[in-house]
Amino acid sequence: MENEFQPIIVGFLCNWCSYRAADLAGTARVHYAPTMRPIRVMCTARVEPEFVLKALREGADGVLIAGCHPGECHYVEGNIKALRRFTLLKAMLRQFGVEEERVQLVWAAASEGKQLAEAVDRMTEQLRALGPLRWRQRVLGEQPVARHALEVEVGG
Amino acid sequence: MAKPTFAMYWAASCGGCEISLLNVGELILDVDAAFDVVFWPCVADFKYQDVEGYPDGFIDLCLFNGAIRNSENEELAHLLRRKSKTLVAFGSCAYEGCAPGLANLTTNAATMRTVYTDSLTTDETRGNLPQPVSQVPEGEISIPVLYETVRSLDQVVPVDYIIPGCPPEARQIAAVLRAVLNGMPLPAPGGTIIGAGNVALCEECPLAKNVKQITRFYRPYEIVPDPGICLLEQGLVCMGPATRSGCGALCPQVGMRCEGCYGPLDGQDQGARMLAAVASVVAAGGSHLDEHAQAREIAAVMDTLVDPAGTFYRFSLAHSLLRRARVADSSA
Ligand code: SF4
Ligand code: SF4
Ligand code: FES
Repeated sequence: MENEFQPIIVGFLCNWCSYRAADLAGTARVHYAPTMRPIRVMCTARVEPEFVLKALREGADGVLIAGCHPGECHYVEGNIKALRRFTLLKAMLRQFGVEEERVQLVWAAASEGKQLAEAVDRMTEQLRALGPLRWRQRVLGEQPVARHALEVEVGG
Repeated sequence: MAKPTFAMYWAASCGGCEISLLNVGELILDVDAAFDVVFWPCVADFKYQDVEGYPDGFIDLCLFNGAIRNSENEELAHLLRRKSKTLVAFGSCAYEGCAPGLANLTTNAATMRTVYTDSLTTDETRGNLPQPVSQVPEGEISIPVLYETVRSLDQVVPVDYIIPGCPPEARQIAAVLRAVLNGMPLPAPGGTIIGAGNVALCEECPLAKNVKQITRFYRPYEIVPDPGICLLEQGLVCMGPATRSGCGALCPQVGMRCEGCYGPLDGQDQGARMLAAVASVVAAGGSHLDEHAQAREIAAVMDTLVDPAGTFYRFSLAHSLLRRARVADSSA
Protein backbone atom coordinates (compact mmCIF):
# COMPACT_ATOMS: atom_id res chain seq x y z
CA MET A 1 0.00 0.00 0.00
CA GLU A 2 1.21 3.46 -0.89
CA ASN A 3 1.04 4.84 2.70
CA GLU A 4 3.30 2.09 3.96
CA PHE A 5 5.94 2.96 1.40
CA GLN A 6 9.38 2.84 3.02
CA PRO A 7 11.71 4.87 0.82
CA ILE A 8 15.33 3.88 0.29
CA ILE A 9 17.77 6.72 0.87
CA VAL A 10 21.39 6.20 -0.09
CA GLY A 11 23.40 8.38 2.28
CA PHE A 12 26.93 9.49 1.46
CA LEU A 13 28.35 10.55 4.80
CA CYS A 14 31.62 12.33 5.35
CA ASN A 15 33.97 10.34 7.57
CA TRP A 16 34.99 13.37 9.65
CA CYS A 17 31.60 14.68 10.63
CA SER A 18 28.32 13.28 9.38
CA TYR A 19 29.32 9.64 9.65
CA ARG A 20 30.21 10.33 13.28
CA ALA A 21 26.96 12.23 13.64
CA ALA A 22 25.13 9.09 12.50
CA ASP A 23 27.19 7.07 14.98
CA LEU A 24 26.27 9.51 17.72
CA ALA A 25 22.59 9.32 16.80
CA GLY A 26 22.92 5.57 17.18
CA THR A 27 24.71 5.51 20.53
CA ALA A 28 22.38 8.21 21.86
CA ARG A 29 19.46 6.00 20.75
CA VAL A 30 17.85 8.79 18.76
CA HIS A 31 14.76 7.38 17.08
CA TYR A 32 14.59 8.12 13.38
CA ALA A 33 13.38 6.55 10.17
CA PRO A 34 15.33 3.39 9.22
CA THR A 35 15.42 4.48 5.59
CA MET A 36 19.03 5.51 5.07
CA ARG A 37 21.72 3.17 3.80
CA PRO A 38 24.89 4.96 4.89
CA ILE A 39 28.05 4.89 2.81
CA ARG A 40 31.14 6.39 4.37
CA VAL A 41 33.23 8.67 2.16
CA MET A 42 36.34 10.60 3.11
CA CYS A 43 34.79 13.94 2.17
CA THR A 44 31.67 15.18 0.39
CA ALA A 45 34.00 16.09 -2.48
CA ARG A 46 34.50 12.36 -2.99
CA VAL A 47 30.87 12.00 -4.04
CA GLU A 48 31.05 12.06 -7.79
CA PRO A 49 27.87 12.91 -9.68
CA GLU A 50 28.10 9.40 -11.12
CA PHE A 51 27.54 7.93 -7.64
CA VAL A 52 24.29 9.84 -7.30
CA LEU A 53 23.00 8.94 -10.76
CA LYS A 54 23.89 5.32 -10.22
CA ALA A 55 22.11 5.19 -6.88
CA LEU A 56 19.00 6.68 -8.45
CA ARG A 57 19.11 4.26 -11.34
CA GLU A 58 19.69 1.20 -9.21
CA GLY A 59 16.71 1.65 -6.95
CA ALA A 60 17.25 4.50 -4.50
CA ASP A 61 14.27 6.80 -3.99
CA GLY A 62 16.58 9.56 -2.81
CA VAL A 63 20.21 10.41 -2.13
CA LEU A 64 21.43 12.30 0.90
CA ILE A 65 24.91 13.79 0.94
CA ALA A 66 26.04 14.95 4.36
CA GLY A 67 29.28 16.65 5.27
CA CYS A 68 31.11 19.18 7.38
CA HIS A 69 29.87 22.75 7.68
CA PRO A 70 31.60 25.24 5.39
CA GLY A 71 34.88 26.24 6.96
CA GLU A 72 35.19 22.90 8.76
CA CYS A 73 36.00 20.52 5.90
CA HIS A 74 39.02 18.37 6.68
CA TYR A 75 40.31 19.14 3.20
CA VAL A 76 39.63 22.87 3.50
CA GLU A 77 37.17 23.39 0.63
CA GLY A 78 35.99 19.91 -0.34
CA ASN A 79 32.50 20.68 0.85
CA ILE A 80 32.34 23.85 -1.25
CA LYS A 81 33.35 21.80 -4.29
CA ALA A 82 30.58 19.39 -3.37
CA LEU A 83 28.12 22.27 -3.12
CA ARG A 84 29.09 23.50 -6.60
CA ARG A 85 28.56 20.07 -8.09
CA PHE A 86 25.38 19.52 -6.18
CA THR A 87 23.88 22.85 -7.29
CA LEU A 88 24.46 22.04 -10.93
CA LEU A 89 23.42 18.41 -10.48
CA LYS A 90 20.09 19.52 -9.07
CA ALA A 91 19.47 21.78 -12.06
CA MET A 92 20.30 18.92 -14.40
CA LEU A 93 18.19 16.37 -12.55
CA ARG A 94 15.22 18.69 -12.83
CA GLN A 95 15.50 18.21 -16.60
CA PHE A 96 15.45 14.47 -16.00
CA GLY A 97 12.18 14.80 -14.13
CA VAL A 98 13.76 14.04 -10.74
CA GLU A 99 12.18 16.16 -8.02
CA GLU A 100 14.40 18.47 -6.03
CA GLU A 101 13.70 16.68 -2.73
CA ARG A 102 15.17 13.43 -3.98
CA VAL A 103 18.76 14.64 -3.83
CA GLN A 104 19.77 16.67 -0.80
CA LEU A 105 22.96 18.07 0.66
CA VAL A 106 23.12 18.84 4.37
CA TRP A 107 25.85 19.88 6.75
CA ALA A 108 26.05 17.90 9.99
CA ALA A 109 29.01 18.16 12.36
CA ALA A 110 30.17 15.18 14.43
CA SER A 111 28.19 16.51 17.39
CA GLU A 112 24.98 16.96 15.40
CA GLY A 113 23.55 13.46 15.58
CA LYS A 114 20.11 14.81 16.27
CA GLN A 115 20.23 17.19 13.30
CA LEU A 116 21.26 14.40 10.98
CA ALA A 117 18.47 12.19 12.28
CA GLU A 118 16.03 15.02 11.69
CA ALA A 119 17.30 15.46 8.15
CA VAL A 120 16.70 11.77 7.48
CA ASP A 121 13.22 11.96 9.02
CA ARG A 122 12.36 15.05 7.00
CA MET A 123 13.63 13.55 3.76
CA THR A 124 11.79 10.29 4.44
CA GLU A 125 8.52 12.20 4.77
CA GLN A 126 9.21 14.14 1.59
CA LEU A 127 9.97 10.94 -0.31
CA ARG A 128 6.86 9.26 1.06
CA ALA A 129 4.84 12.14 -0.35
CA LEU A 130 6.58 11.83 -3.72
CA GLY A 131 6.28 8.06 -3.91
CA PRO A 132 8.80 5.52 -5.18
CA LEU A 133 11.25 6.35 -7.96
CA ARG A 134 12.16 2.84 -9.22
CA TRP A 135 14.06 4.14 -12.17
CA ARG A 136 14.74 0.87 -14.00
CA GLN A 137 11.22 -0.34 -13.63
CA ARG A 138 9.14 2.77 -14.04
CA VAL A 139 11.29 4.92 -16.29
CA LEU A 140 13.26 2.38 -18.30
CA GLY A 141 10.46 -0.16 -18.31
CA GLU A 142 12.60 -3.00 -17.03
CA GLN A 143 11.49 -5.80 -14.74
CA PRO A 144 11.57 -5.06 -11.00
CA VAL A 145 14.62 -7.27 -10.40
CA ALA A 146 16.93 -4.43 -9.47
CA ARG A 147 14.84 -3.19 -6.59
CA HIS A 148 14.27 -6.61 -5.09
CA ALA A 149 17.98 -7.27 -5.28
CA LEU A 150 18.69 -3.98 -3.58
CA GLU A 151 16.23 -4.71 -0.79
CA VAL A 152 17.72 -8.11 -0.13
CA GLU A 153 21.28 -6.82 -0.30
CA VAL A 154 21.10 -3.72 1.81
CA GLY A 155 17.69 -3.65 3.40
CA GLY A 156 17.58 -7.12 4.89
CA MET B 1 37.99 -16.84 -54.13
CA ALA B 2 34.93 -14.71 -53.68
CA LYS B 3 35.50 -11.23 -52.31
CA PRO B 4 34.48 -10.42 -48.74
CA THR B 5 31.10 -8.71 -48.50
CA PHE B 6 30.33 -5.21 -47.20
CA ALA B 7 27.15 -3.52 -46.02
CA MET B 8 26.29 -0.12 -44.62
CA TYR B 9 22.95 0.83 -43.15
CA TRP B 10 21.37 3.94 -41.67
CA ALA B 11 18.78 3.81 -38.94
CA ALA B 12 17.83 6.99 -37.02
CA SER B 13 20.59 9.23 -38.30
CA CYS B 14 21.24 12.33 -40.38
CA GLY B 15 23.20 10.73 -43.21
CA GLY B 16 26.44 12.40 -42.15
CA CYS B 17 28.06 9.06 -41.37
CA GLU B 18 27.59 7.94 -44.97
CA ILE B 19 29.30 11.13 -46.14
CA SER B 20 32.09 10.65 -43.62
CA LEU B 21 32.84 7.27 -45.14
CA LEU B 22 33.27 8.93 -48.53
CA ASN B 23 35.60 11.44 -46.84
CA VAL B 24 38.30 8.78 -46.80
CA GLY B 25 38.93 9.88 -50.38
CA GLU B 26 40.48 7.51 -52.88
CA LEU B 27 40.71 4.78 -50.30
CA ILE B 28 37.04 4.17 -51.00
CA LEU B 29 38.11 2.77 -54.40
CA ASP B 30 40.20 0.15 -52.60
CA VAL B 31 37.21 -0.68 -50.43
CA ASP B 32 35.13 -1.09 -53.57
CA ALA B 33 37.82 -3.24 -55.17
CA ALA B 34 38.31 -5.42 -52.13
CA PHE B 35 34.70 -5.91 -51.11
CA ASP B 36 31.48 -6.92 -52.74
CA VAL B 37 28.85 -4.39 -51.66
CA VAL B 38 25.77 -6.43 -50.80
CA PHE B 39 23.62 -3.82 -49.03
CA TRP B 40 23.96 -0.04 -48.84
CA PRO B 41 20.65 1.80 -49.24
CA CYS B 42 22.35 5.21 -49.46
CA VAL B 43 24.26 4.39 -52.63
CA ALA B 44 22.69 1.35 -54.27
CA ASP B 45 19.25 -0.10 -54.70
CA PHE B 46 19.09 -3.13 -52.43
CA LYS B 47 15.86 -4.25 -50.80
CA TYR B 48 15.38 -5.60 -47.32
CA GLN B 49 14.21 -8.83 -48.94
CA ASP B 50 17.64 -9.21 -50.54
CA VAL B 51 19.22 -9.18 -47.09
CA GLU B 52 16.63 -11.60 -45.73
CA GLY B 53 17.61 -13.96 -48.54
CA TYR B 54 21.30 -14.02 -47.58
CA PRO B 55 22.53 -16.90 -45.43
CA ASP B 56 23.28 -16.01 -41.79
CA GLY B 57 26.75 -14.51 -41.38
CA PHE B 58 26.90 -13.74 -45.10
CA ILE B 59 28.01 -10.11 -44.63
CA ASP B 60 31.66 -9.91 -43.58
CA LEU B 61 31.66 -6.27 -42.52
CA CYS B 62 28.54 -4.25 -41.71
CA LEU B 63 28.80 -0.59 -40.73
CA PHE B 64 25.59 0.32 -38.94
CA ASN B 65 24.94 3.98 -38.32
CA GLY B 66 21.93 5.53 -36.66
CA ALA B 67 20.08 5.02 -33.40
CA ILE B 68 17.18 2.66 -32.79
CA ARG B 69 14.11 4.82 -32.68
CA ASN B 70 11.37 2.91 -34.42
CA SER B 71 10.28 -0.62 -35.24
CA GLU B 72 12.00 -0.54 -38.64
CA ASN B 73 15.33 0.42 -37.07
CA GLU B 74 14.97 -2.40 -34.57
CA GLU B 75 14.01 -4.97 -37.19
CA LEU B 76 17.02 -4.08 -39.31
CA ALA B 77 19.31 -4.19 -36.29
CA HIS B 78 18.27 -7.78 -35.62
CA LEU B 79 18.38 -8.72 -39.29
CA LEU B 80 21.83 -7.25 -39.89
CA ARG B 81 23.18 -8.73 -36.69
CA ARG B 82 22.09 -12.14 -37.87
CA LYS B 83 23.47 -11.69 -41.36
CA SER B 84 26.80 -10.10 -40.36
CA LYS B 85 30.03 -11.65 -39.16
CA THR B 86 31.32 -8.30 -37.93
CA LEU B 87 28.80 -5.65 -36.91
CA VAL B 88 30.18 -2.17 -36.26
CA ALA B 89 28.26 0.58 -34.48
CA PHE B 90 29.43 3.36 -36.75
CA GLY B 91 29.21 6.89 -35.38
CA SER B 92 27.64 8.44 -32.34
CA CYS B 93 23.98 7.62 -33.12
CA ALA B 94 24.55 3.88 -33.28
CA TYR B 95 27.05 4.03 -30.42
CA GLU B 96 25.17 6.20 -27.93
CA GLY B 97 21.99 7.69 -29.41
CA CYS B 98 23.50 11.07 -30.37
CA ALA B 99 21.13 13.90 -31.30
CA PRO B 100 18.11 11.61 -31.85
CA GLY B 101 18.67 10.38 -28.29
CA LEU B 102 17.94 13.85 -26.95
CA ALA B 103 14.30 13.02 -27.59
CA ASN B 104 14.66 10.95 -24.41
CA LEU B 105 14.40 14.20 -22.46
CA THR B 106 10.76 14.47 -23.45
CA THR B 107 7.81 12.42 -24.70
CA ASN B 108 6.91 11.29 -28.19
CA ALA B 109 3.71 13.29 -27.97
CA ALA B 110 5.66 16.46 -27.24
CA THR B 111 8.14 15.73 -30.02
CA MET B 112 5.32 15.19 -32.51
CA ARG B 113 3.62 18.40 -31.39
CA THR B 114 6.82 20.36 -31.91
CA VAL B 115 7.43 18.94 -35.36
CA TYR B 116 3.91 18.81 -36.76
CA THR B 117 2.04 21.57 -34.93
CA ASP B 118 4.07 24.08 -32.94
CA SER B 119 7.01 24.69 -35.24
CA LEU B 120 6.83 28.14 -36.82
CA THR B 121 7.25 26.84 -40.33
CA THR B 122 4.46 24.30 -40.07
CA ASP B 123 0.99 25.03 -41.39
CA GLU B 124 -0.78 23.66 -38.34
CA THR B 125 -4.23 24.33 -39.78
CA ARG B 126 -3.84 21.18 -41.83
CA GLY B 127 -3.46 19.13 -38.65
CA ASN B 128 -1.37 16.58 -40.50
CA LEU B 129 0.08 14.00 -38.18
CA PRO B 130 1.67 10.82 -39.44
CA GLN B 131 -0.93 8.05 -39.33
CA PRO B 132 0.23 4.59 -38.30
CA VAL B 133 -2.08 3.01 -40.87
CA SER B 134 -3.56 4.62 -44.02
CA GLN B 135 -5.99 3.43 -46.66
CA VAL B 136 -4.90 4.02 -50.24
CA PRO B 137 -6.41 2.77 -53.51
CA GLU B 138 -3.90 -0.07 -53.56
CA GLY B 139 -4.87 -1.20 -50.06
CA GLU B 140 -3.66 -0.58 -46.55
CA ILE B 141 -0.20 0.79 -45.80
CA SER B 142 1.47 1.29 -42.46
CA ILE B 143 4.52 3.15 -41.21
CA PRO B 144 6.98 1.98 -38.55
CA VAL B 145 6.06 2.54 -34.91
CA LEU B 146 7.95 5.36 -33.20
CA TYR B 147 9.31 4.26 -29.81
CA GLU B 148 9.06 6.37 -26.69
CA THR B 149 12.73 5.79 -25.88
CA VAL B 150 15.62 6.07 -28.34
CA ARG B 151 18.21 3.32 -27.89
CA SER B 152 21.74 2.71 -29.04
CA LEU B 153 22.51 -0.26 -31.28
CA ASP B 154 24.23 -2.18 -28.47
CA GLN B 155 21.11 -1.88 -26.33
CA VAL B 156 19.28 -3.92 -28.96
CA VAL B 157 21.81 -6.40 -30.32
CA PRO B 158 25.43 -7.24 -29.43
CA VAL B 159 27.95 -5.24 -31.49
CA ASP B 160 31.51 -6.25 -32.26
CA TYR B 161 33.11 -2.83 -32.61
CA ILE B 162 32.26 0.79 -32.05
CA ILE B 163 33.68 3.66 -34.08
CA PRO B 164 32.76 6.86 -32.23
CA GLY B 165 32.31 10.36 -33.62
CA CYS B 166 29.66 12.60 -35.10
CA PRO B 167 30.65 11.76 -37.69
CA PRO B 168 33.79 9.64 -37.27
CA GLU B 169 36.92 11.38 -38.53
CA ALA B 170 37.98 10.30 -42.02
CA ARG B 171 41.54 9.70 -40.82
CA GLN B 172 40.26 7.30 -38.15
CA ILE B 173 37.91 5.49 -40.54
CA ALA B 174 40.72 5.14 -43.05
CA ALA B 175 43.00 3.61 -40.43
CA VAL B 176 40.36 1.01 -39.56
CA LEU B 177 39.59 0.27 -43.22
CA ARG B 178 43.27 -0.11 -44.03
CA ALA B 179 43.68 -2.53 -41.15
CA VAL B 180 40.74 -4.58 -42.42
CA LEU B 181 41.91 -4.44 -46.04
CA ASN B 182 45.42 -5.55 -45.10
CA GLY B 183 44.08 -8.38 -42.98
CA MET B 184 45.64 -6.96 -39.86
CA PRO B 185 44.22 -8.31 -36.61
CA LEU B 186 41.70 -6.01 -34.89
CA PRO B 187 41.41 -5.97 -31.11
CA ALA B 188 39.12 -8.63 -29.62
CA PRO B 189 35.49 -7.91 -30.52
CA GLY B 190 32.75 -7.28 -27.95
CA GLY B 191 31.65 -3.64 -28.04
CA THR B 192 35.29 -2.66 -28.49
CA ILE B 193 36.06 0.97 -29.33
CA ILE B 194 38.25 1.35 -32.39
CA GLY B 195 39.27 4.41 -34.38
CA ALA B 196 39.63 6.68 -31.35
CA GLY B 197 41.96 7.51 -28.48
CA ASN B 198 41.89 6.41 -24.89
CA VAL B 199 42.45 9.66 -23.01
CA ALA B 200 40.40 12.83 -22.56
CA LEU B 201 40.27 15.23 -25.49
CA CYS B 202 42.02 17.93 -23.41
CA GLU B 203 45.19 15.86 -23.64
CA GLU B 204 45.34 16.25 -27.39
CA CYS B 205 44.13 19.83 -27.36
CA PRO B 206 46.97 22.32 -27.86
CA LEU B 207 45.18 25.28 -26.25
CA ALA B 208 46.94 26.73 -23.21
CA LYS B 209 45.53 25.71 -19.85
CA ASN B 210 46.18 28.20 -17.08
CA VAL B 211 43.97 26.66 -14.38
CA LYS B 212 41.95 29.83 -14.32
CA GLN B 213 38.55 29.86 -12.61
CA ILE B 214 35.46 31.53 -13.98
CA THR B 215 32.47 33.39 -12.62
CA ARG B 216 29.95 32.84 -15.40
CA PHE B 217 29.29 30.71 -18.48
CA TYR B 218 28.74 31.86 -22.03
CA ARG B 219 26.94 30.29 -24.93
CA PRO B 220 29.03 30.08 -28.11
CA TYR B 221 27.36 33.09 -29.76
CA GLU B 222 27.87 35.35 -26.76
CA ILE B 223 31.64 35.80 -26.91
CA VAL B 224 34.53 35.56 -29.31
CA PRO B 225 37.09 33.54 -27.39
CA ASP B 226 40.74 34.55 -27.19
CA PRO B 227 42.71 32.28 -29.51
CA GLY B 228 45.21 29.87 -28.03
CA ILE B 229 43.57 29.69 -24.58
CA CYS B 230 41.45 26.86 -23.18
CA LEU B 231 37.80 27.60 -23.90
CA LEU B 232 36.48 26.20 -20.66
CA GLU B 233 38.62 28.70 -18.79
CA GLN B 234 36.93 31.42 -20.82
CA GLY B 235 33.47 30.33 -19.74
CA LEU B 236 32.52 28.20 -22.75
CA VAL B 237 31.24 24.75 -21.79
CA CYS B 238 33.89 22.83 -23.72
CA MET B 239 33.28 19.10 -23.29
CA GLY B 240 36.99 18.25 -23.64
CA PRO B 241 37.50 16.99 -20.07
CA ALA B 242 34.69 14.41 -20.42
CA THR B 243 35.18 13.40 -24.05
CA ARG B 244 37.26 10.67 -25.66
CA SER B 245 40.16 11.84 -27.77
CA GLY B 246 40.57 10.80 -31.39
CA CYS B 247 39.45 13.71 -33.53
CA GLY B 248 42.61 15.73 -32.90
CA ALA B 249 40.70 18.40 -30.95
CA LEU B 250 39.36 19.87 -34.16
CA CYS B 251 36.72 22.15 -32.68
CA PRO B 252 38.59 23.92 -29.85
CA GLN B 253 41.43 24.72 -32.23
CA VAL B 254 39.10 26.87 -34.29
CA GLY B 255 37.49 28.52 -31.28
CA MET B 256 34.44 26.26 -31.08
CA ARG B 257 33.87 24.40 -27.84
CA CYS B 258 33.97 20.61 -28.08
CA GLU B 259 30.40 19.40 -28.02
CA GLY B 260 31.46 15.90 -26.98
CA CYS B 261 30.83 13.93 -30.15
CA TYR B 262 33.40 11.19 -29.44
CA GLY B 263 31.46 10.23 -26.34
CA PRO B 264 32.73 9.34 -22.87
CA LEU B 265 35.86 7.46 -21.91
CA ASP B 266 35.60 3.79 -20.93
CA GLY B 267 33.20 3.20 -18.07
CA GLN B 268 32.34 6.87 -17.63
CA ASP B 269 29.10 8.79 -17.79
CA GLN B 270 29.90 11.77 -19.98
CA GLY B 271 27.37 14.14 -18.45
CA ALA B 272 28.31 13.33 -14.87
CA ARG B 273 32.00 13.73 -15.64
CA MET B 274 31.42 17.03 -17.37
CA LEU B 275 29.29 18.25 -14.51
CA ALA B 276 32.16 17.54 -12.10
CA ALA B 277 34.67 19.22 -14.42
CA VAL B 278 32.50 22.28 -14.82
CA ALA B 279 31.94 22.57 -11.08
CA SER B 280 35.67 22.61 -10.50
CA VAL B 281 36.31 25.63 -12.72
CA VAL B 282 33.69 27.76 -10.99
CA ALA B 283 35.11 30.29 -8.54
CA ALA B 284 31.93 31.10 -6.61
CA GLY B 285 31.25 30.39 -2.94
CA GLY B 286 34.49 31.54 -1.30
CA SER B 287 35.05 30.86 2.39
CA HIS B 288 34.70 34.57 3.28
CA LEU B 289 30.92 34.18 2.78
CA ASP B 290 28.39 32.70 5.18
CA GLU B 291 26.60 29.46 4.29
CA HIS B 292 23.60 31.10 2.68
CA ALA B 293 25.61 33.61 0.68
CA GLN B 294 27.81 30.77 -0.55
CA ALA B 295 24.84 28.78 -1.77
CA ARG B 296 23.34 31.85 -3.43
CA GLU B 297 26.52 32.86 -5.20
CA ILE B 298 27.10 29.35 -6.53
CA ALA B 299 23.51 29.07 -7.71
CA ALA B 300 23.82 32.38 -9.56
CA VAL B 301 26.86 31.16 -11.51
CA MET B 302 25.32 27.79 -12.31
CA ASP B 303 22.20 29.55 -13.57
CA THR B 304 24.26 30.99 -16.42
CA LEU B 305 24.78 27.45 -17.74
CA VAL B 306 21.75 27.03 -19.95
CA ASP B 307 20.39 23.51 -20.49
CA PRO B 308 22.93 21.40 -18.58
CA ALA B 309 21.34 18.05 -19.55
CA GLY B 310 21.22 18.91 -23.25
CA THR B 311 24.76 20.27 -23.16
CA PHE B 312 26.43 17.51 -21.16
CA TYR B 313 24.56 14.68 -22.88
CA ARG B 314 24.23 16.10 -26.39
CA PHE B 315 25.57 12.84 -27.79
CA SER B 316 25.43 10.24 -25.06
CA LEU B 317 22.06 10.59 -23.35
CA ALA B 318 20.56 7.30 -24.58
CA HIS B 319 23.69 5.46 -23.44
CA SER B 320 24.10 7.27 -20.12
CA LEU B 321 23.38 6.09 -16.59
CA LEU B 322 19.83 7.42 -16.56
CA ARG B 323 19.21 7.02 -20.32
CA ARG B 324 16.08 9.13 -20.39
CA ALA B 325 14.03 11.62 -18.43
CA ARG B 326 11.16 10.61 -16.24
CA VAL B 327 7.99 12.12 -17.61
CA ALA B 328 4.43 12.19 -16.35
CA ASP B 329 3.16 9.69 -18.91
CA SER B 330 6.41 7.70 -18.88
CA SER B 331 5.77 4.27 -20.26
CA ALA B 332 9.27 3.93 -21.73
S1 SF4 C 1 38.44 22.15 -22.15
FE1 SF4 C 1 38.35 22.26 -24.40
S2 SF4 C 1 39.64 24.02 -24.95
FE2 SF4 C 1 40.16 23.46 -22.86
S3 SF4 C 1 41.89 22.04 -23.06
FE3 SF4 C 1 40.03 20.79 -22.98
S4 SF4 C 1 39.48 20.47 -25.12
FE4 SF4 C 1 40.94 22.18 -25.09
S1 SF4 D 1 36.35 18.52 -30.73
FE1 SF4 D 1 34.66 17.40 -29.75
S2 SF4 D 1 32.82 17.89 -30.95
FE2 SF4 D 1 34.65 18.47 -32.19
S3 SF4 D 1 35.03 16.65 -33.48
FE3 SF4 D 1 36.30 16.46 -31.61
S4 SF4 D 1 35.06 15.24 -30.17
FE4 SF4 D 1 33.68 16.00 -31.80
S1 FES E 1 35.93 16.44 5.18
FE1 FES E 1 33.81 16.52 5.69
S2 FES E 1 33.02 17.48 3.91
FE2 FES E 1 35.15 17.54 3.47
